[in-house]
Amino acid sequence: MERGSSAVLISVLCCGIALLYIPIVTLIAYSFNASPLVNVWGGFSTAWYAELLHNRQLLAAALLSFEVAVTAATAALVLGTLAAVALVRFTRFPGRFLLTGMVNAPLVMPEIITGITQLLLFVSMLQLFAWPHRGFTTIVLSHVVFCSAYVTITVQSRLQSADRSLEEAAMDLGASPARAFVDITLPIIAPALVSSWLLSFTLSLDDLVISSFVSGPSASTLPMVIYSKVKLGVSPDINALASLIIAAVGACVLAAGVMMRRAERRRVEEIQLAQR
Amino acid sequence: MRSTWRPGRWLIILPPFAFLLIFFLIPFAFALKISFAETAARVPPFTDLLAHGPDHHLRLAVSFGNYRYLITDEIYGYAYLYSLRTAFFSTLICLALGYPMAYAIARSSKAVQGILLLIIILPFWTSFLLRVYALEGIIRDNGLLNSVLLRLGLIEHPLRIMRTSVAVYLGIIYSYLPFMVLPLFATLEKLDRTLLEAAADLGSPPWRAFLDVTLPLSLPGVIAGSMLVFIPAVGEFVIPSLLGGPNSLMIGRVLWDEFFGNHDWPVASAVAIASLVLLVGPIALYQYYSVRQLES
Repeated sequence: MERGSSAVLISVLCCGIALLYIPIVTLIAYSFNASPLVNVWGGFSTAWYAELLHNRQLLAAALLSFEVAVTAATAALVLGTLAAVALVRFTRFPGRFLLTGMVNAPLVMPEIITGITQLLLFVSMLQLFAWPHRGFTTIVLSHVVFCSAYVTITVQSRLQSADRSLEEAAMDLGASPARAFVDITLPIIAPALVSSWLLSFTLSLDDLVISSFVSGPSASTLPMVIYSKVKLGVSPDINALASLIIAAVGACVLAAGVMMRRAERRRVEEIQLAQR
Repeated sequence: MRSTWRPGRWLIILPPFAFLLIFFLIPFAFALKISFAETAARVPPFTDLLAHGPDHHLRLAVSFGNYRYLITDEIYGYAYLYSLRTAFFSTLICLALGYPMAYAIARSSKAVQGILLLIIILPFWTSFLLRVYALEGIIRDNGLLNSVLLRLGLIEHPLRIMRTSVAVYLGIIYSYLPFMVLPLFATLEKLDRTLLEAAADLGSPPWRAFLDVTLPLSLPGVIAGSMLVFIPAVGEFVIPSLLGGPNSLMIGRVLWDEFFGNHDWPVASAVAIASLVLLVGPIALYQYYSVRQLES
């Protein structure tokens, strides 16, 4: 019975993993297909990758998406961390309930609703203040909203588990609260900061719906260009582009994971050394 | 202790508070306002609620026409129910598939666990849009699935999956399965193994021990995973738009078409406000009360 149920469990696990990976692996394999026909294997070729380099529209969109993602992730990291500190450290202040709601709501709000409401805000703001024009600025502003929510959730849980007494000891020794935060707390929550920046970066890089609403006619992000191409039908150069993005993101995630594991191990070793 | 923080307190609270207030909360007020306007051939394409009449007096022009339209045109009710149904059944299937997966991972050794978790998490980091596109390559009429089945002789004609509701279900399950597995794993991993041994010692067969011990104890994970799948699935746009057929009208797609296809901003705003009340409201209330229950 025990062995039989284990076999069932493991086969379901394998099926699930196969479901998750077969589409991606197939896509990468077909990006090296010489034939432009999607169902015919015409031999190995890197022609589609070469073609990407000549597609100005895609390159411009990729550059815009990258700039948006870096700006939005960095701004979201600052705002989201501030919100996390506020929510964890200050148990009572007017508006705390509202801030909690505004931090959690973007996580359950369908993107399409956030997108349209933000567009309506930007349009009204443009009428009133002649700012912001739809494009880079509006895309960044709207991305910061949902990214900062993810940052706050991640940093909040790390802050809650962090040892408060270290910071208090620093302040007893004469450090200012800001100084104690930068020297003591910041290194403790650093892994959460790194992973939430990376998460924000990928979420921003990937966003289609909100960007489509708030961007103007002059600015198209990479997902917007990909979506309109895919909507028209499958094209082999999108396979190549997708493979590149997946490879880049996969490498970054693995590198970040290894880095964080190493940092964590070093921290544990230092604590053990200190305790000896 | 806390008093030393006081001067700097508002420097910390205010920036995120003001930012989220302006760019997240206030937009809903604008959407509410515009949902009571009418379309107009101008930029932006809707009428003002406050307008100067011919006698130069300010007049309030509030129109409930958009909401009346949502009720009378049956496409919106259909899309609402279709979204709920699709999200509900995809969540169930994700649970049926994800539970054994999480259980298998929880029972494997620590070293294997780390690798398996990484395998489950990695797709979550890769682009959602590109993964939906990759799935299209499998389930297309001339895609991998049909080629394999045809070659094996299992079918004589290609299966028609693309542009059907089946494709939408597959898309949601494929995209959100990791969200189901991870919280389930987190609760199953913490499960006290000795409880199962005790049940076995008392003569309970394994399936009975599972139903009486494992399942109830993993309920928080089941609920968390189900919410993580159901919530994004119900407002999904990309999957029904790329994989679904003309009948796969989920509420997100209807809103998109109203906005980009018909350029009817007031009706799109009304759809957004109505979905907020009818979809997001209940979910938010549920979460609020379940968190409270956990705290008490």
